[in-house]
Amino acid sequence: MDSAAIVGVGMTAIEKNKIRDGFADMAWEAVNLALADAGMSIDDIDNVVTTSNDFWDGRTISCMAVSDASGAREKNVSCVEGDGTFGAFYGLTRILSGSYGTTLVTAHSKGSESVSSLITNAAFDPIYERAIGMDMVSACAMQANAYMHRTGTTAEQLARVSVKNHGNAMHNPKAQLPMEITVADVLASEMICDPLHKLDCSPVSDGCCAIIIAGKDRVSDTAKPPVWIKGTAFCADAYHLGDRDLSRAPALTRATKKAFDMAGITDPVTQIHVAELYDAFTYQELMWLEAMGLCADGKAGPLLETGAFDIDGRLPVNASGGLLSGHPVIAAGLIRMAEVVRQLRGETGGVQVKNPTVGVAHGVNGLCGQSHCVWVLSSEF
Amino acid sequence: MSSLLKQVEPMVYSSQISVPYTWWAGDTAGRFLKTLRDEQTIMGTRCESCNRVFVPPRKTCPACFTENETWTAVSDEGTVVSFTVARRQLAAIAQKVPVIYALIRLDGADTALLHTIAQADPDDAKIGMRVRACFSKKAGATINAISHFVPID
Repeated sequence: MDSAAIVGVGMTAIEKNKIRDGFADMAWEAVNLALADAGMSIDDIDNVVTTSNDFWDGRTISCMAVSDASGAREKNVSCVEGDGTFGAFYGLTRILSGSYGTTLVTAHSKGSESVSSLITNAAFDPIYERAIGMDMVSACAMQANAYMHRTGTTAEQLARVSVKNHGNAMHNPKAQLPMEITVADVLASEMICDPLHKLDCSPVSDGCCAIIIAGKDRVSDTAKPPVWIKGTAFCADAYHLGDRDLSRAPALTRATKKAFDMAGITDPVTQIHVAELYDAFTYQELMWLEAMGLCADGKAGPLLETGAFDIDGRLPVNASGGLLSGHPVIAAGLIRMAEVVRQLRGETGGVQVKNPTVGVAHGVNGLCGQSHCVWVLSSEF
Repeated sequence: MSSLLKQVEPMVYSSQISVPYTWWAGDTAGRFLKTLRDEQTIMGTRCESCNRVFVPPRKTCPACFTENETWTAVSDEGTVVSFTVARRQLAAIAQKVPVIYALIRLDGADTALLHTIAQADPDDAKIGMRVRACFSKKAGATINAISHFVPID
């Protein structure tokens, strides 16, 4: 097997607090939506990869708690701890190995059930760093300062990302935070950690996403046209923040180059039509765009201000509203993939980009973008 | 969710995970922490292959994939390579906000150490500022044996 496609996607609404749904309830909803989308039954699924994080879920071997609701019983089910894009990568390799014709990949989390600051503080090294008291927000604020210092990107440009993505979410019924806001609103919102205001940060969210990947010989009987996986790669940077130049993302640059090479993308500016990037914070959308070569280094902010990344712009970025409009960690990157699939099928209604055939989706795992997974997807074989 | 269930009162089970845990520091971090406690000296390890000095010290060089066998003392003064001022009292923060967090590259080191800056106006914090470590004997052999950094001219 040398080629595969995404043939089904399903996701729950992204919400602040799904008080009526446990992890398995969310998985059940997303998996059944994905099966219906693909025109498949659970019997058509050859193997399952679930993606979750034990500490976020507050239980050991959290992935197995959703295996029943994912239809994994009596199947080969395996788990990935990290972003859903990494689960999808594993799911794809299982098909390319020739062992399976289809893989169901799920990813879930409920940020509402714990305390995100304490969970992400535990990502720091317990001997050298944890007692300092940092978490994901303060660490990323430090990265934002480093990036802005090096490139001259302004607070207003960061705010503009928030305005764009929350505005896009107005047309996405599954988004948690659709909002018509202004740059002034973002800059006037509470300063959490300099330079990140509340509206520069993604919210804490609950949600689950499921996708079905099929090998080339299993795509003919699916309900909708397959979305082909043209290239994918992931790459990690050093663990300790102090070992890296936080103002840059060389691991993302490497992962993107590999994925683009695989997909035959030589001029991303013209060949990529839609992008869903991991905008956990406003600055990240700009920083990732530059690291991926989707615009020149240090130029994402000024380009954003010209409307280049709007839905009708040169490269629509996070037309779905992105993570700023709803951020269930773990599921986050898989949702980016699902949104690109829906764009390439022309299914996204009010946020539909005009006739895209090639899109890029991106997932992140680790503090300040330690590792990145990049996917190039296309409606054309 | 079935519409029948909309009549059901949402139930929640409140609990807490509290598990005692012991992380052995290992030889490398152990020596670093002991030297901090006993001598108020900040030590790093050097990669003989790329010549970079790691502070805090690492047993292996992430770039060269070789073992760092050389120890070297570095200065207790350094330069802020990035920082943030935490304004909201996030749950992980032990002190009262505002707290200045910084990555500090000590003189003689090639990597930056994560710590806090105190006795400074948060609005004066900036990339490139010079700082010096202050030590605390009561913190024992922990990273808080450096209690914080202070600005220097």
